[in-house]
Amino acid sequence: MGTVGKIARRSFLLGAAAVVGGVAFGVYRVKTPYENPLKEGLADGAATFNPWVIIDSEKVTLIGPHGDKGQGIAHVQAALIAEELDIELDQVETSFGKPDKAYWNRALSADGVPFQSGDTSFVAESARTMMSGFAKLLGLQITGGSSGVPDSYVKLREAGAVARETLKLAASNVSGVPVAQLKTANGAVQLPDGSALKYTELAAEAAKLAPVMDITLRDPSEWRLLGKPMQRLDILAKSTGTLEYGIDVEVEGAVHATVVCNPRKGGGLKGYDASAAKEMRGVQKIVEVTGGVAVVADNTWRAIQAAQAIDFDWDEAPYPARQDDHWHMVAESFSGDRLDKVWRDEGDVYEAKKAHGKALDVEYRVPYVAHQPLEPLNATVLVEDDKVTVWTGHQVQIMLQQQVAAITGHEPAQVDLTNCYMGGSFGHRLELEHVKMAAEIANKMRGTPVKLTYSREEDFAHDFTRHIGMARASGAVKNGQVVAADLQIAMPSVVASQMGRLGISIPGPDTQIAAGAWDAPYSFDNYRMRAYRVPELAPTSSWRSVGASAGGFFFDCMLDELIHEAGADPLKERIRLINNPVARKVLETVGEMSNWGSPLAEGKGRGVAFVESFGVPTAEVIEVTNTEDGITIDKVWVAADVGRVLDPVNFENLVQGGVVFALGHAINSEITYDDGMVEQANYWDAEGMRMYQCPEIFVKGLENGEKIRGVGEPPVPPAAPALANAIFAATGQRIRELPLYHHIDFV
Amino acid sequence: MQLIVDGKKHEVDVEDDMPLLWVLRDELNIKGVKYGCGVAACGACTVHIDGVAVRSCQTPVADVDGEVTTINGLGQPGALHAVQEAWVEHQVAQCGYCQSGQIMQAASLLSDIPNPTDEDIDDAMSGNLCRCGTYPRIRAAVKTAASKLQEV
Repeated sequence: MGTVGKIARRSFLLGAAAVVGGVAFGVYRVKTPYENPLKEGLADGAATFNPWVIIDSEKVTLIGPHGDKGQGIAHVQAALIAEELDIELDQVETSFGKPDKAYWNRALSADGVPFQSGDTSFVAESARTMMSGFAKLLGLQITGGSSGVPDSYVKLREAGAVARETLKLAASNVSGVPVAQLKTANGAVQLPDGSALKYTELAAEAAKLAPVMDITLRDPSEWRLLGKPMQRLDILAKSTGTLEYGIDVEVEGAVHATVVCNPRKGGGLKGYDASAAKEMRGVQKIVEVTGGVAVVADNTWRAIQAAQAIDFDWDEAPYPARQDDHWHMVAESFSGDRLDKVWRDEGDVYEAKKAHGKALDVEYRVPYVAHQPLEPLNATVLVEDDKVTVWTGHQVQIMLQQQVAAITGHEPAQVDLTNCYMGGSFGHRLELEHVKMAAEIANKMRGTPVKLTYSREEDFAHDFTRHIGMARASGAVKNGQVVAADLQIAMPSVVASQMGRLGISIPGPDTQIAAGAWDAPYSFDNYRMRAYRVPELAPTSSWRSVGASAGGFFFDCMLDELIHEAGADPLKERIRLINNPVARKVLETVGEMSNWGSPLAEGKGRGVAFVESFGVPTAEVIEVTNTEDGITIDKVWVAADVGRVLDPVNFENLVQGGVVFALGHAINSEITYDDGMVEQANYWDAEGMRMYQCPEIFVKGLENGEKIRGVGEPPVPPAAPALANAIFAATGQRIRELPLYHHIDFV
Repeated sequence: MQLIVDGKKHEVDVEDDMPLLWVLRDELNIKGVKYGCGVAACGACTVHIDGVAVRSCQTPVADVDGEVTTINGLGQPGALHAVQEAWVEHQVAQCGYCQSGQIMQAASLLSDIPNPTDEDIDDAMSGNLCRCGTYPRIRAAVKTAASKLQEV
């Protein structure tokens, strides 16, 4: 591992030179806490102890700044605070709060360093601390990278504990009873005589006090809420159609808009004829926006109908027009001049292949895939001279303020965002184009709130997809063991594409080209992993699990093939090769859960895959049947180690959902280009999994990992390789390309 | 034209071919009914007409010949329909955006087939897409709802 460490360290220092300077310059600023944004406009008699808790005479409000796209973080954030605050969840109100640097994400960037998650060496930990300081300086408020729980875990419990201790001090001042004799429960301070002072009754007194910072967090064995089945705060509203998503926001006097932009993404608008559209019922205005045209009407459907009646003359696409040309560019990129980085180089794969013979020489492919959350992109924007108001569901709130302000000419602080619950995202709502479109339209109609809704077709046409990629794999086996693995991955840089749209350039190699492969916690006698950067093709973005969704497929399929060549058992050989006890336990557990090795009926096959992403080692076993009508996926077993499971019901749901999401895409979903345009127009062209295809999914969360982790993304990467490996076991057919339905039928 | 939605009469002045979905959402401000695809491929817009599940995005308003029930009329917090109770019990929702349609579809299924088999459930529910992948919980919740309804 020495070589890996050296390479990682060197490139980190080179790649992060700017960061080093920034942190050195700003040590003091890194350590200074941001001002509590809740203090601004605080009503008389209301108390706020930190950016997450505010109490007045009527209610206790908990601020959970991470956006909720269905992963349940709104609930978990509230539960983390409530646990220490000694209040029940039906006694609080929750809010996503307002964008503010005080809500900088402490976890995400710390995981962006090129060290394996199990590497807790001084250098790795120092790099994480430094990156985290960088995020703080930037005030990077972001929901993504499965970082909501790791970011919140300590700070929100501390926020609750600080509020609790300050309320006890307030109660002591009011009652004359020493703090040591006070207890807290049910949203109140309990006095020794059996009476209670509600937190709301103590707000005015607490408001006079400096927050009590001398706190000790409770041991998890004392928890009332966390780690136990809880009813999600949003579950009742989501079961009764009463939850308000961004698309449901109704602002007094709002008009309804839709856009049609050049389906050759990023291409310009040469001309258009809206004469028919103008005359249609309800149409109020037709305005040009960047790369397209918006129709403003009195009803969403009328706007969409009119938009379809416009004739457009579009410019060419700034990327190859045909899908074949995209693949050609990827295939051509396995070359020295496009080498992004040699991520692993242990032993000597060249000599090993020479000595034992090349056991494998294959190529894998993963397609572009779209996010396609069910709530179409939308945003409501009101531009006034001294203020911009935005209603939408978003994951990078401060960047949203900046991007909107740049369009309207306001200061970012003048952009007021009400962050809404999101009807899914999978990475879609990290992007800002739709919000910018709404801002452009609203800026041309100052004083009138504009609600922009994308048609599903427009949403498909302009999804910033997951990158495409290819891998070339070879290796060697000897005496029933895998002794060498040699993997090359070529992809465009999703980070460069995504951050480029924000005007940010990230130096150094892109970890996401190699994710799932460079950080695979296996020790081979000989392992080389090289990443190649394909020049940017169509624009891309983070798609649930980002690089690991592709790299995990490449790596694990390669490993499965090598194990087969060696004649070894797929599970046992993975367990032999894995070099990290937490990850090994995950594989052993999934083996026990699935009764691995037990006899299977004719036509059935079992496949295993293991991928670690976002620090979560995750193993999946899939059982399929090869029927006359095609493959059925019968059962899936998942074991994942997140260090600690905070919300067990939601944990199971998220893991099951991640598997369904990944399998659906693996079976039938891709985005392809022709004439520079996306060929898939609606769900029937890329539909994902339907209920009749859904297997039984058994989930186990392990808690051996040292750090707490999020589980939104980690269940995704192992699903596709586990399925491909299971299909091989059942049929003898190796499929090395997604989606699988190009090569085999599914029921 | 006149519409009865969730037991309430409404007069609307819209084109005959405006889909019921948009009449409900934009004209009557009934937001529990969701727009997902506009082409009856996802089921998020499912409502009942005289108790039968239909895709409101592909139902021209002039073709509506019965009483419309939306998720908002099926049951509300405090007075839940058995299907909604089961949805809460199993904590089905993740993002929740498809669940209005899933619940309406399930309620319609259970009024047709009070004790559905797995195959009945798959047949009835497979037109309703859930991008978050809550299908295992939907299955379980439909079964729980079936037994709740039979107890009544």
